[in-house]
Amino acid sequence: MTRKKDVKKIVFASEKEMPVTAMSLGSMLYNRTGAWRNIRPEVDRSKCIQCGICWKFCPDASIDIVDNWPVVDYEYCKGCGICAEECPTKCIVMVEEEK
Amino acid sequence: MRKVIMGNHALSYGAMLARSQVIAAYPITPQTQVVELLSEMCADGTLDAKFIKVESEHSAMAASLGASLAGARTFTATSAQGLALMHELLHWASGGRLPVVMGDINRAMAPGWSIWTDQNDSLSQRDTGWIQFYCASNQEVVDTVIQAFKVSEQLLIPSMVVLDAFALSHTYEVVEIPDQAKVDAYLPPFRPKYKLTTADPHAFFGLTAPEHYMELRYKLQKDMELVPGLVEETGREFEKAFGRRLGLIDAYRCDDADFLFVTSGTPGYTARVAVDDLRAEGVKAGNLRIILFRPFPFDAVRKALKKARKVAVLDRNLSYGHHGIFYQEVKSALYGHEGMPPVFGFVAGLGGRDITPGDFKEIYRSASATERPAEDIGWIGVKR
Repeated sequence: MTRKKDVKKIVFASEKEMPVTAMSLGSMLYNRTGAWRNIRPEVDRSKCIQCGICWKFCPDASIDIVDNWPVVDYEYCKGCGICAEECPTKCIVMVEEEK
Repeated sequence: MRKVIMGNHALSYGAMLARSQVIAAYPITPQTQVVELLSEMCADGTLDAKFIKVESEHSAMAASLGASLAGARTFTATSAQGLALMHELLHWASGGRLPVVMGDINRAMAPGWSIWTDQNDSLSQRDTGWIQFYCASNQEVVDTVIQAFKVSEQLLIPSMVVLDAFALSHTYEVVEIPDQAKVDAYLPPFRPKYKLTTADPHAFFGLTAPEHYMELRYKLQKDMELVPGLVEETGREFEKAFGRRLGLIDAYRCDDADFLFVTSGTPGYTARVAVDDLRAEGVKAGNLRIILFRPFPFDAVRKALKKARKVAVLDRNLSYGHHGIFYQEVKSALYGHEGMPPVFGFVAGLGGRDITPGDFKEIYRSASATERPAEDIGWIGVKR
C-alpha cells in the first residue's frame, strides 16, 4: 500500500461544495502527528511472524503491510506503543527518540 | 385500530410503526416502559430491529450514532439525568447530521432527586442542534415520532420528541394506532446518501480546521431554518393520510383573543379548561401551545400573538439567573416587531407540582392588574 502524500490539500471555496458533515476532508494527511512521538516502535524481522496484529491494532493506521512485513509510517506514528503491547512475539520494541 | 395506551407506549408504537431498525437504550424512570415494550416487540418479532443493551445513556447515544451512520433508522429514549449524560453525544448527532429520533420524558433534574416532571432536562439541551417537539397527548406522541423521522431524515438533523413525566408518560389515553401500510407510504425507508460502508469508504467526523468548521455549522443552521416549513408540509401530508394535522403550534380560541396564554406540553391542555372558564366569564382568552421549540417557529408565533393585547407565558422550567425559557424565547421572537403585545412571564410546576386551571386564572388575574409586567418571573404556587 502506498500513501497518497502528494495529493493536493482539500480547501473548499464555498460551503456549497462541502459535504453536510466533516466527511473525508483529508485533513489528517496534513497533520503530521509523527512529530508528537517520544518513543518509536522498531520491528525486529527475525522475530516477526507476519500475523498483522500490529496493523490491525494501530489506532492511527500508521502501520502498512509491505510484502507481508509491517512497516511503520513515522510521519504519522505518535508512538503510543499499542503495537508493541499487542505483538505476540514481542518483535516490536519501543525505542527512545533522540534529538 | 384504537387502543388505550400510556404515553410511554405511544413512543414505542411510534418507533415500531416507523420500522426503527436499531434501538439502543438504557432504562430510567419515567422512561422505562418505552424501551421495555420495544424490547418485547424485538423479542417476539413484532419489530424487526436490533435491540442493543448498553451500560449507560452515553453509550446508548453512542450506539445510536454508529447505527445511524451505518444507515439504520435509529430510535432511543431517555429522561433527565440520562439525557444530561448524553449531552456530549447530542452534539455528535447533530454535527454528524445523523437523524436519530429520541423520546425524552421531561423529568426534573436532581438534586433533590425527583422523578416528576419539568422541562429543565430537555431545555438544557436547547443549543445542541436537535429538533425538539413538545407533545401534549398520547396521540400526538405516536404521530410525532413518525413525522419526526420524516423531517429528520430529509434534513439530516436529529429530533427529540418530548413528553411530560407521569402527566403524559404514565397516563392512559385512547390512541388511534396508525395503519402500518399507510405509515410505510408516508415514511419511506431511510436511504442516506453517505453511510459507513466498505463499499464506499469515507472518514467521518475527522479533524476540521478553522478553514472549514464554520461552513459546516452554517449548513446546519441553514437546514435548521428549513425545519418549520418541512414540519408544516409533512404535517399536511400526515393529515391527508391519517386525518390529523400536525403543526408548529396549537392555537386554541386564539383568533379573537385579547389575552393569550403561551404553553407547552400537557399544561397546554390544562390551559384550555381555564380559557373556556374565562370565556364563560366574558374574558376573550386563548391559548397558544408551542409544539416545535427548536428550531423556534418565529413567524407562526408572531402571527398568533400579534393581535392579542396581553400575552402570559407559562414556564415549567427556569434558566437560573435569567427567566423562564419559553418566556425568553417568545420575547426574543417579538422584539423589534411593531405592535406586539406586552409579554408576562410565569414559572409554575417545577419538580412536578400540579399545574391547574386555577393557576391559569391566577396568571390571568396577575397579568390583568398591570399594563406591563412589574417583574420577569411571576411565581405561581411558591410557599413564601
